[in-house]
Amino acid sequence: MSREMKLDRFEIRLSGLGGQGILTLGKIMGQALALDHGYNVAQTQSYGPEARGGASRSDLVISSSTISYPKTISLDLLVALSQEACNKFFTNLKPSGALVVDTSMVGQTPTNIFLGLPFTDMARKVGLVQTTNIVTLGALTHFLPFMRAVSVRKSLKSILPSKIIDINLKAFNAGFNAAKKQYPDAPEKWIFS
Amino acid sequence: MATKNKKKKEKEIFALGNEAVVEGALLAGCNFYAGYPITPSTEIAEEMARRLPLLEEGVFIQMEDEIASLGSVIGASLAGRKAMTATSGPGFSLMQEHIGYACITETPLVLVNVMRAGPSTGMPTSPAQGDVQQARWGTHGDHPIIVLSAGDVQECLEMTVTAFNFSEKYRTPVILLLDEVTAHTREKITIPDPSDLYIYSRLLPSMPPEWYLPFEDNMRGVSAMPPLGSGYRYHVTGLTHDDHGYPTSKPREVESFINRIFRKIDQFFYDIQIVEEIYCQDATSCIIAYGSVGRSAELAVQMARDQGEKAGLLKLKTLFPFPRPAVEKMLRQCASVLVPEMNMGQISREVKRVNSGQSKVNTLNRIDGQIITPAEILKKLLKG
Repeated sequence: MSREMKLDRFEIRLSGLGGQGILTLGKIMGQALALDHGYNVAQTQSYGPEARGGASRSDLVISSSTISYPKTISLDLLVALSQEACNKFFTNLKPSGALVVDTSMVGQTPTNIFLGLPFTDMARKVGLVQTTNIVTLGALTHFLPFMRAVSVRKSLKSILPSKIIDINLKAFNAGFNAAKKQYPDAPEKWIFS
Repeated sequence: MATKNKKKKEKEIFALGNEAVVEGALLAGCNFYAGYPITPSTEIAEEMARRLPLLEEGVFIQMEDEIASLGSVIGASLAGRKAMTATSGPGFSLMQEHIGYACITETPLVLVNVMRAGPSTGMPTSPAQGDVQQARWGTHGDHPIIVLSAGDVQECLEMTVTAFNFSEKYRTPVILLLDEVTAHTREKITIPDPSDLYIYSRLLPSMPPEWYLPFEDNMRGVSAMPPLGSGYRYHVTGLTHDDHGYPTSKPREVESFINRIFRKIDQFFYDIQIVEEIYCQDATSCIIAYGSVGRSAELAVQMARDQGEKAGLLKLKTLFPFPRPAVEKMLRQCASVLVPEMNMGQISREVKRVNSGQSKVNTLNRIDGQIITPAEILKKLLKG
């Protein structure tokens, strides 16, 4: 625990469409941060009654101390995998917060200060479009200084079924490396309150 | 605890509220689940279907509907199982008749109701707390019942264990009310070592079968309950019955029967009524909340304290029998109390009932399928 950064209600929203794997992404991130890093994490979710296509989001509150209110109040990080989600939730972002978008899904961003990678296209290149969420996870692991790739990989292996692990690890690495290459100094830019 | 005993088999997991319910149930000895999956309680059925068949005597059945689900839970419980089911809104309405049957036959069972926005199909994926009075009064006739609630994931586990203990101890159905937020929040929880837990199982008869009276009164008002098929024969009926279990309409027998099923709960209020007091000692204004709204209130109280306001929070974990002593204490102590809830005022009605003019009872209601935020509570609290 001593090596860990102190966090006070760091709030993340992962948003997109139903079927993009938003909830799985939240679960993997949450488990890595809660069990391996030892943070207190509350992961909540919100989705429409449809199985695919409707709005879907997963919120994470990460804190070194106990979390009372489990939902987000104002976001430190917004991840938008669809244009609709980007438009809808951008106003919930803190002034110092960061926006991460999937540039293959989001054509217009409300600001030009954002971290963007074509996650969906990258997933196609990996060979399975369903790994979009894991590509995103790879990029986020680079962006967030308090998340270690080792523990995220561990969490990934424990949650996903073993027969699809290999392609997902490939997707994870693709996201991680692309983010590192394009935004090498992103992890240092955070303003922690 | 600073010193951790390494021999203890404590385990940390990252789990949903619904999954914590399953962990709690299995720790409490649950070995029968019958249900009909319904959002937002589905994960309970899923996890039970995965876990129960691995137990030596575990049984999971998916029934054709909620009526049959609770029916088979009652049957399993009479046969000696620790049985439970879980449902939500519309399913809970269907189960009402059998809740009454479990009350009158004094069958222990646990029913988890994950509240979603209603009425009717409502909004399946949105939270609400609209079933509170239904849990108390949904089934017809005058009956005692225990209704518990849980706000965070660890509490889901603990209150499920408590629910099983109460149901076995008092031979009564116990309803555990969660809401969509609690059920679908993932958090890190500690699964306690089974040897650290207090698990209660129903009293078995100590007399030979020919002397056994199934509904005989005693000090506790709870009679011994042998599993059906173990040689003790008795009659189970939804009709008002005498000590032998046979239908009766003699006023004296009916009166003593109904009095007994009330007395078995009433005389143990001190055991059943669980509340949590947060900053209550010196509070001049108080929030009374339960379920996920209790967590919003906790942050609101923290924010109020930071502003120098002496605020307190009384979290209700037992909703019925209504924890009157704890609530009355806060009503005497505070000039105003605030009851935020995701319905039109189902617990504030109870608070007002016990208030008798001692304090000002403010309400904060939200019925749009969204959880009440700490900022809203704080604003209302500061207004007094």
